[in-house]
Amino acid sequence: MSDVLAITEHRRGELRDVSSELVTAGRELVGETGGSLHLAVIGGDVDAFADELALDGVDTIHTVAEGDEFNHDVYVQAVAALYEELDPTYVLMGNTVNGLDYAPAVADVLDIPLVTDAIGLENDGGLVVTREMYASKVESTVEVDADHAAVTIRPSEWEPTEAAGSPTVEAFDFELDESRVRSRVTGFEEVGGGDVDISDADILVSVGRGIEEEENLELVQNLADALGATLSSSRPIVDNGWLPKDRQVGQSGKVVTPKVYLAIGISGAVQHVAGMKGAETIIAVNTDPDAPIFDIADYGVVGDLFDVVPELIEQFS
Amino acid sequence: MKVLVTVKEVAEVEEDFQLDGLHVAEQYLDYDLNEWDEYAVEEAVQIAEENDDVEVVSVTIGPERAEETIRMALAKGVDRAVRVWDDALEDVDLLDVSAKAKLLAAVVEEEDPDLVLTGVQANDDSFGATGVSLASAIDFEWAAVVNALDLDVDGGVANVRRELEGGVEELTEVDLPAVLTIQTGINEPRYASLRGIRQAQSKEIKPMALSDLGLDGSVVESDLVLTSVYEPETESDAVYFEGDAGDQAAELAAVLREKGVGAQ
Repeated sequence: MSDVLAITEHRRGELRDVSSELVTAGRELVGETGGSLHLAVIGGDVDAFADELALDGVDTIHTVAEGDEFNHDVYVQAVAALYEELDPTYVLMGNTVNGLDYAPAVADVLDIPLVTDAIGLENDGGLVVTREMYASKVESTVEVDADHAAVTIRPSEWEPTEAAGSPTVEAFDFELDESRVRSRVTGFEEVGGGDVDISDADILVSVGRGIEEEENLELVQNLADALGATLSSSRPIVDNGWLPKDRQVGQSGKVVTPKVYLAIGISGAVQHVAGMKGAETIIAVNTDPDAPIFDIADYGVVGDLFDVVPELIEQFS
Repeated sequence: MKVLVTVKEVAEVEEDFQLDGLHVAEQYLDYDLNEWDEYAVEEAVQIAEENDDVEVVSVTIGPERAEETIRMALAKGVDRAVRVWDDALEDVDLLDVSAKAKLLAAVVEEEDPDLVLTGVQANDDSFGATGVSLASAIDFEWAAVVNALDLDVDGGVANVRRELEGGVEELTEVDLPAVLTIQTGINEPRYASLRGIRQAQSKEIKPMALSDLGLDGSVVESDLVLTSVYEPETESDAVYFEGDAGDQAAELAAVLREKGVGAQ
């Protein structure tokens, strides 16, 4: 039997999607061994969250009423205390920004191995984790040669569990060591605030690293103008300061769902895809036929954007 | 004040490549300074420029070949560098997070920095966990995925912004000493000047073996075993447009018109 403890996430009063995806991944693991699936929800309105998390396959939900929002010092202590109490074989967390902010410390404090950004889990006598390397060009499997492990799972990689269940809900108390809370969340801010909301656009022409130089952006802007589209981008363009942050599509930028998403010179890193895979039609132009963007594209042009884009502008002039 | 910045030399895989056992065959790899670490280096150098008496030291776990990459960091303003390597590391397929943290923790003990900056993740193995694991191991406070930093040295606090998902940033106060993992876009990394490149040649890169750090080979023994490495099967069911750029554009235009694009 391998019990699993999965740590859910919430922000500003709302559970994050990864929480119900953790349920699916956790059920996969315990399904083969007959173990129990424990969920923990830490901070905020834990009782309301517990109601929402009463999902199929969850055995017990542990509510930890400590703080309002995520604080990694509190999370590390709470998860460690739950671990001591429950002795789960595996601790599952989200490979989210907050996951990256506490999971490594949990593994360190508990002295158990950590595998991050899992895209597949197999529990066949031992845990085998599938993950990606070299910007998704290579996949690898990692066998965990230990009795216990901490794993973070990639958001959106597992289908969320939606069916209701009837888990036991238990309040969990632990003694927080305040002297070890050495960071304080003081607020949140939305980025952007420009006059263009790319999440409202029907047609997006989105530009990535392939554009090479800032002055070449004009070419893609001309295409957007010719198509009556809005210009957006992947992360490197914003990091370079070539477009404002509110034009960024992706995990840390905006999630967009346009009718048409035309990805120009975008390789399709997982963080970018997370923000645009809901587009109705995805068209990709890229020189690299193996670029991950083609895996989710409906239409593909393997070619040099500097040849294809001027021709396309011509078609609409 | 001393800032320690972790610098990793990462392998980048060419568009077409072949695998050799558990590795990408050497001839398809190019080595470079990890993108996230480039921003961490810039942030450290800017701290040194904005405050008096700040020394910036970089630390790298890597073979002698990595010195070329370390020189890039030195050319951008890092004062001196430490390079950790050992025969025991030579044949390790997967240097796991805890091993990296232990190696770096030993360097922290030697150097006694006030602040440690790392990149959020490395572009090769993408674990994204070394910085926070290190912080926990050395009992520093930390913040992950930092995209703005305002250091209050006298107050002993780092005011940071953490870039959360969906265009939301979290404002957090972090007690010093701390480890901060730096997100791309926090600054604009400088190009190394010719003068910087010349100066870098005379800066110290101190090699340190495990024994120099009071460690032995057991530190790299891992609970994680890399068992297979393979090219993912392409899942593409995209319709591709063939021909020259003109042909491709014409077919693409037809599809776009069909979707109602350009009708208005």
